[in-house]
Amino acid sequence: MIATSHYLVLSLVLFSLGVVGIVVRRNFITVLMCVELILNAANVNFIAFARQLGDLSGQVFAVFVITIAAAEAAIGLGIIVALVRLKRTVHLDQVSVMEG
Amino acid sequence: MDWFLANFATTVFYALAGLAVAGAVGVITLRHPVHAALSLLGTFLAVAGLFVLQRAEFLAAVQILIYAGGVMVLFLFVIMLVNVKTLPNESQFLRRLAPVAGALGVLLAVLVGIGAWAATRTPPADPAPLVQVAGETLGNTEAVGWNLYRDYLLPFEVVSIVLLVAMIGAIVMGRKEVQGKEERP
Repeated sequence: MIATSHYLVLSLVLFSLGVVGIVVRRNFITVLMCVELILNAANVNFIAFARQLGDLSGQVFAVFVITIAAAEAAIGLGIIVALVRLKRTVHLDQVSVMEG
Repeated sequence: MDWFLANFATTVFYALAGLAVAGAVGVITLRHPVHAALSLLGTFLAVAGLFVLQRAEFLAAVQILIYAGGVMVLFLFVIMLVNVKTLPNESQFLRRLAPVAGALGVLLAVLVGIGAWAATRTPPADPAPLVQVAGETLGNTEAVGWNLYRDYLLPFEVVSIVLLVAMIGAIVMGRKEVQGKEERP
């Protein structure tokens, strides 16, 4: 039987890869994919603890996380379409109009 | 073979975990967005398999339907709609932020190490059953449904409003400018 901590380590690895991807990638679309990775890592945690504690609330919360992830993807991709119409690029370093 | 059968769950876990991590590495290293999206699809499917392993069959189905079926199609659709030409020798990474990413990577690797060390020291807990509602044994989907509509009805309604707002927002941002209105430079 796999211990819950194995799932937590896997979740940490997925989360870390997502964070590093958000920092280093230039392409806005890929950055959004990394956000999806992070949300998936959160779901792995929820499911592992639901199993460990025998409480279905964790699975219900994972349903909510998936919903929010879908909403975020729709909004983010809408922003990308608007951005390409405005600037003809998806590279994040070319849209730093606010000098961030 | 005997060892494999005795450790079936462990073997499947490590195979799926390896696939999930490989997909995630592909997302942050592959140059072309379509390749990154397909790599992400591998991660989604592997995580769905892990959900089955953790007795969350309903969520595994939802994961495949929503992520692999919905979100992934949306990503690929936008990648092809946008279709920005990438020059072959153009960098896909922000070089300026490489030190930040390196520091983050080292920090997170240390955390993973600590976690793995702790994982080897923790005995596996006996997982509790997940299919009981009010003392009655049901299927996983039915049990999740009972929880969702009985205990979490208000959050469920709120999240439906969030989805509605997201949908309207995406439509408003994605539509063309109204005719007669000058396009901004």
